[in-house]
Amino acid sequence: MIARAPLTLAGLALGAALAASPAQAERLIVSVSNHRVTVTPNYSGEELVLFGSVEKDAQTPASRTNYDLVVTVSGPRADMVTRRKERRFGIWINTDSRQFLKVPSYLALFSNRPYDAIASPEVQRRQQLGLNNVLLTQRVGPDYADVVPEDAFRSAFIRLRSEHRLYRENTSAVTFLTPTLFRTGIPLPGEVPIGTYDVEIKLFADGALVTRTETAFEIVKVGFEQFIATTARQNGLAYGLVTAFMALMTGWMASIVFRKD
Amino acid sequence: MQLYLPIADIPVNVFLILAMGAAVGFVSGMFGIGGGFLMTPLLIFVGIAPAVAVASVASHIAASSFSGAISYWRRRAIDPLLAAVLLIGGTIGTALGVWTFTLLRSLGQLDLMIALSYVILLTTVGGLMFWEGLRAMLRARRGGPVARRKPGSHGWIHGLPLKLRFKRSKIYLSVIPVIAVGLVIGFIGAVMGIGGGFILVPLMIYVLRVPTSTVIGTSMVLTLVTMVFATLLHAVTNHLVDAVLALILMIGGVTGAQFGARAGQKIRGEHLRLLLGLLVLAVGVRFAIELVIRPEDLFTIRETGGAG
Repeated sequence: MIARAPLTLAGLALGAALAASPAQAERLIVSVSNHRVTVTPNYSGEELVLFGSVEKDAQTPASRTNYDLVVTVSGPRADMVTRRKERRFGIWINTDSRQFLKVPSYLALFSNRPYDAIASPEVQRRQQLGLNNVLLTQRVGPDYADVVPEDAFRSAFIRLRSEHRLYRENTSAVTFLTPTLFRTGIPLPGEVPIGTYDVEIKLFADGALVTRTETAFEIVKVGFEQFIATTARQNGLAYGLVTAFMALMTGWMASIVFRKD
Repeated sequence: MQLYLPIADIPVNVFLILAMGAAVGFVSGMFGIGGGFLMTPLLIFVGIAPAVAVASVASHIAASSFSGAISYWRRRAIDPLLAAVLLIGGTIGTALGVWTFTLLRSLGQLDLMIALSYVILLTTVGGLMFWEGLRAMLRARRGGPVARRKPGSHGWIHGLPLKLRFKRSKIYLSVIPVIAVGLVIGFIGAVMGIGGGFILVPLMIYVLRVPTSTVIGTSMVLTLVTMVFATLLHAVTNHLVDAVLALILMIGGVTGAQFGARAGQKIRGEHLRLLLGLLVLAVGVRFAIELVIRPEDLFTIRETGGAG
């Protein structure tokens, strides 16, 4: 802790200096290959590409050439509960649980090299670099807080989401094509939820945040998929009646098709 | 062939779902059970959210039981009066069950209650049916007369008032136990989220002494009506019925159910009961193992709401 204090101070001083100067030294210009992913019957996931470039201006220190990038993609937020089973009276039952509040249903973190090489642990924590540092608010009794990365519920939550490919991180996914031009892929498996996705791009140099920018894309149902989804939500009774009628027709048709006697 | 399901929100392999529908349909046609207790876990295994699976399975069961019911009707293997009286009890039971379900949920530990009742119910019913089927088979093997209990030898049920003649089944029985059986099935179905056919069939055979010839067809009618209402209820209250998923399941299900019904007619009654007993017992044991063995992962995640 004591050893890290000067670094933290340096970081704070730099942050203050950046906030004070109105004109930033660098600017990030980014674009996603598709801002509107449409879900059709044959949709089975997609891979988007994020392109961008670092624009320098007169104020940019000439010595600054090595940039680091961290891209965070977060999907629509939802409340989730993680439960833990324990053995009671010879059977395994859910005994303890934690509620995660408004956490991203999809979360992907991509960078050009390991976080430890990009910034100090303090900056990593403050800038939420990596799944271990992302803010996941839990309700613990009456309190709302995030906990240490080693917390059993937190790590189980991240592990389970990662197993379903909904949370992921890759510290070599961002590639610099030239010293200022970069790209990264955003894989979206078919299971990812429908909704709006925020993409946050943070630029680091010499272990500190230089600038950041945001963009977004959405995954929407169109055509048939959209028709079914909206009808089910808005005309529940009619939808149910049609489904039930469909069931009876299917049953009746089968008995005619397969009638032998 | 991948297809994106509009309500379940995931892509699935159409042929896999078709095959699952056909397999469960075969079993349901053969034994006259809905098969929800088999289908729902299968869908959850494929990755469909449990709530969507339960809601969509209801319409799948409606389709396969309707196709099964038609072929049983042609064989005059349905007792309409018996079905109607059972339905009266079933309706009351469902209402009581929904009320109990809400009560249990407010107390917490609903999942455990459901798992425990599955284990107790399935292993007991399955075990009894298996044992009875085995004994009947052994008796037949030994060449002795298949000693069906003499009519009238089981006292109190036949001593009840309000007797009715169920012509198709050739039984003369008080409506009180029939309504009671319907009530139990409706109650269990609503609390545990299953059609209850696999409990109804043995109850009809052993408690009501309905001949095996009309048991399956009649139980299918009950399943059909319950599941049509369940579909409507799920569609109106939680909008989670996936019509596309349901249609694929149905097409597989009705095909399977036709072959199942044919196979069921060929198999001798006691063999059929033995097989059904074995199946129910196996599912019960599976649930029991799940409770007793240390789970591979002690943690589970469930979405509880928020911006979706």
